[in-house]
Amino acid sequence: MNVRLLWRKSLNVFMLSLTGLCALLTVSALFFILGYLVWNGGKDLSWSFFTHLPAPVGETGGGMANAIVGSMKLLLLAALFGVPIGLLGGVYLAEFGGRTVPFLVRYTADLMNGVPSIVMGIFAYALVVMPMHHFSTLAGGLALGIMVIPTVLRNTESFLRDVPRQLREGSFALGANKWRMIATVVLPAASRGILTGVLLALARVAGETAPLLFTAFGNRYWSPGWMQPTSSLPVVIYTYATGPYEDWHRQAWAAGLVLLGLVLLTNITVRAFLSRGISYERT
Amino acid sequence: MATTPNAATPVDFTGNSRSLLRRLTGADEIAHLITLIAAATLLLITVLLVYQLWVLSGEARSRFGWAFFVTKTWDPVAGDFGALPFIYGTLVTSAVALLIAVPLGVGAAIFLAELAPPKLSSSLTFVSDLLAAVPSVIYGLLGVFLLVPLMRTTFQPALKKVLGFLPLFQGPAYGIGFLTAGIVLAIMVVPFVLSVSREVLLAVPRDQREAALALGATKWESTWRVVVPAARIGIFGSVFLALARALGETMAVTMVIGNNPKIAASLFSPGYSIAAVLANEFSEATGNLYLSALIELGLVLFLLTFVLNGLARLLIVITTARGSGVLPT
Repeated sequence: MNVRLLWRKSLNVFMLSLTGLCALLTVSALFFILGYLVWNGGKDLSWSFFTHLPAPVGETGGGMANAIVGSMKLLLLAALFGVPIGLLGGVYLAEFGGRTVPFLVRYTADLMNGVPSIVMGIFAYALVVMPMHHFSTLAGGLALGIMVIPTVLRNTESFLRDVPRQLREGSFALGANKWRMIATVVLPAASRGILTGVLLALARVAGETAPLLFTAFGNRYWSPGWMQPTSSLPVVIYTYATGPYEDWHRQAWAAGLVLLGLVLLTNITVRAFLSRGISYERT
Repeated sequence: MATTPNAATPVDFTGNSRSLLRRLTGADEIAHLITLIAAATLLLITVLLVYQLWVLSGEARSRFGWAFFVTKTWDPVAGDFGALPFIYGTLVTSAVALLIAVPLGVGAAIFLAELAPPKLSSSLTFVSDLLAAVPSVIYGLLGVFLLVPLMRTTFQPALKKVLGFLPLFQGPAYGIGFLTAGIVLAIMVVPFVLSVSREVLLAVPRDQREAALALGATKWESTWRVVVPAARIGIFGSVFLALARALGETMAVTMVIGNNPKIAASLFSPGYSIAAVLANEFSEATGNLYLSALIELGLVLFLLTFVLNGLARLLIVITTARGSGVLPT
């Protein structure tokens, strides 16, 4: 009897510490990744990395100014395309919705969220690249924009639903009609949460490589306008990491550090500061 | 399905066109219509996506039929296309990933939901969420320069020494291949298993734990025999979610799997996955049949993840709905 109790107790301690080890392993992966990138990429970060074009193949030096600007242009397009649709769609689900349409939209949004990003690339390829017969910034922005919609839509909906009823009733009582109530009371009350969702969605697509490979493609020079192929940070990391040159590898590490830094910084800022107090507003 | 804005409007504006026009004069109705159009756009995009994939893969579908899925050759020059090596590679790497990620993720979720003090639990969950936000190409970068050499020089020879009698661990150690891709995938999907499992574990009512403890169970026994079985369906949901992620993951796999369309029993062998072949060959595909075969692969990937995700959501909804009502600890 005593032996059995001892066995049970030691099993208890053993298994519980094992779960702790699992948690430790999982969480330490992030610090390891970040540390390894800083270790490998930190020394190659310089001013010219941010201000220069890539050096001709085979020469050392050069920077990624065009990729950084390209990524920004792609993100701007993605935001212009995806955020309004997601935002207004979210307003519809939370404020107007009947029964069938909202159910369909909600379910589709959740499923679209899980569709592999490379499939979105094929879609944008079919919609923009095939009719135009060449790769373009526009096609890349469209692919990323479609990926932004489901996240923004679901986030907006849930934060709008959390706005207390009293606010709506107060606004009605003052004689506002519905759209005025939404535009001047409900949306501002939920604005911080909505902004959180938008920034997180953009941070997510900022690191996407797969949908850009055959839409925005790549470019070793500046990309004029919106109709030409453009370079972008994730694609450059991929090309350089799988390329044959030592110098490319070093630059890939540096670019990886920049990309990871930006993505993590956005995530931490948004999650730690912007979303603080949101749970308080939820009543 | 009411997908286009025009087809969907009658749902809310019943009646003839005159009354529709009259109703549109109110600002509320205009706002209603605009937001409805936005919401319907998402449905429209989804339908258009399926339509495009279906139509553009038409040539390959009519040419190869179902044989596409069981043919082993992939020869763009001869115009011979079979999807089997890619389907095999996708399934094998995902299976390896789940074998590693599920125990790790569920274990960590048990720790976070049952043991850790709330403050520690929420900060560790925060870190896990950040891990989920790390771009896939970064995992690929670490895979290429850190994991591949390590596998080649250390892990694969060691595995061969211990388990070399299994066909799974035979052949030369290249570093790249199914096993390496599976490991990278595992690290990438752990956060998804963790966060969903933690949520469904937390949704198990507290009385269940207390009842088990009151009967003399140890903390582990109450967790393993009562709480985990109660959350079982939701945990399966998290596994499906992770599987869907693993199947569609592109960049990290492309960088370490070896990109060689062949079927081999050994996990050390280089292979190929559906997403990887799309990433590598799509922009260089010459000829309509080649492109069409690639798009059919995209369609397969889309349908697979669509179904898996639907199933996962259903399972998660079932568990969390059943457990709700009583606040978790």
